[in-house]
Amino acid sequence: MSVQTPIARVEGLGAAHSGTGHFWHQRVSAAALIPLSVWFACIALACVGAPRTVALGFLSQPINAIAMALFIVAALRHMALGLQVVIEDYVHSEGPKIALLLAVQFFAWIIGAACVFALVRIVL
Amino acid sequence: MAEHAKGAAATRPLSPYVQIYRWPVTMATSIAHRVTGVGLSLGTLLVAWWLLALASGPHAYDVFSAVARSPVGQIVLFGFVWSLAYHLLNGIRHLAWDIGRGFDVHTANRTSVVVVASSLLLAIAAFAYAYAVKGLQP
Repeated sequence: MSVQTPIARVEGLGAAHSGTGHFWHQRVSAAALIPLSVWFACIALACVGAPRTVALGFLSQPINAIAMALFIVAALRHMALGLQVVIEDYVHSEGPKIALLLAVQFFAWIIGAACVFALVRIVL
Repeated sequence: MAEHAKGAAATRPLSPYVQIYRWPVTMATSIAHRVTGVGLSLGTLLVAWWLLALASGPHAYDVFSAVARSPVGQIVLFGFVWSLAYHLLNGIRHLAWDIGRGFDVHTANRTSVVVVASSLLLAIAAFAYAYAVKGLQP
């Protein structure tokens, strides 16, 4: 027994008009980040106190470079989704809210591009 | 009658609000999850700086290393490492809740304490490893 109209049930979208997409992507990125952040911590710890050439050689290994790229993409996706909720919870006036939501998206893309650029340069 | 009214005013049940509410441990860990999440978002700047410095050259990497090894750098890095450990462990707790596990009060309280303690232990272990095994000099 549902209080939804048939069309609402078909569309699967609630009051926010976006359905469960945000919730689901937050969980998927969270699950992916369990192994990836452990890997990131291991890579970072291996580079602590090491000369630059050693750190470069370590990150150049395909498995480490791929894990690092995946970690960065998943972490930034998770970050953008999480910060969106924080902003929506605390910022109630429409103008600043939209500005901050845009800023979060741009921040995620800029950091992501910078990290991927650095990784490509490290590997090549 | 006035005295009676006064006494009644003093003893009537009051609705709790945030300043007088005794914080349940689950409330503290929930707030900490959000705070560490925002902190880790700023931490992405450090990761980007580290990778860019590594890619750029010896001088850029020396600058990054010097800042990271400075007292302020070490405090910031400890905050980053603890936030990562905490958000990871508490995130697993949230995922368990999402599939309906560990949601009763007793378990939720107990796992709160476990998550705080083990994240601190992990962060301290990471720094102990960096100083003792990797030979990082203060």
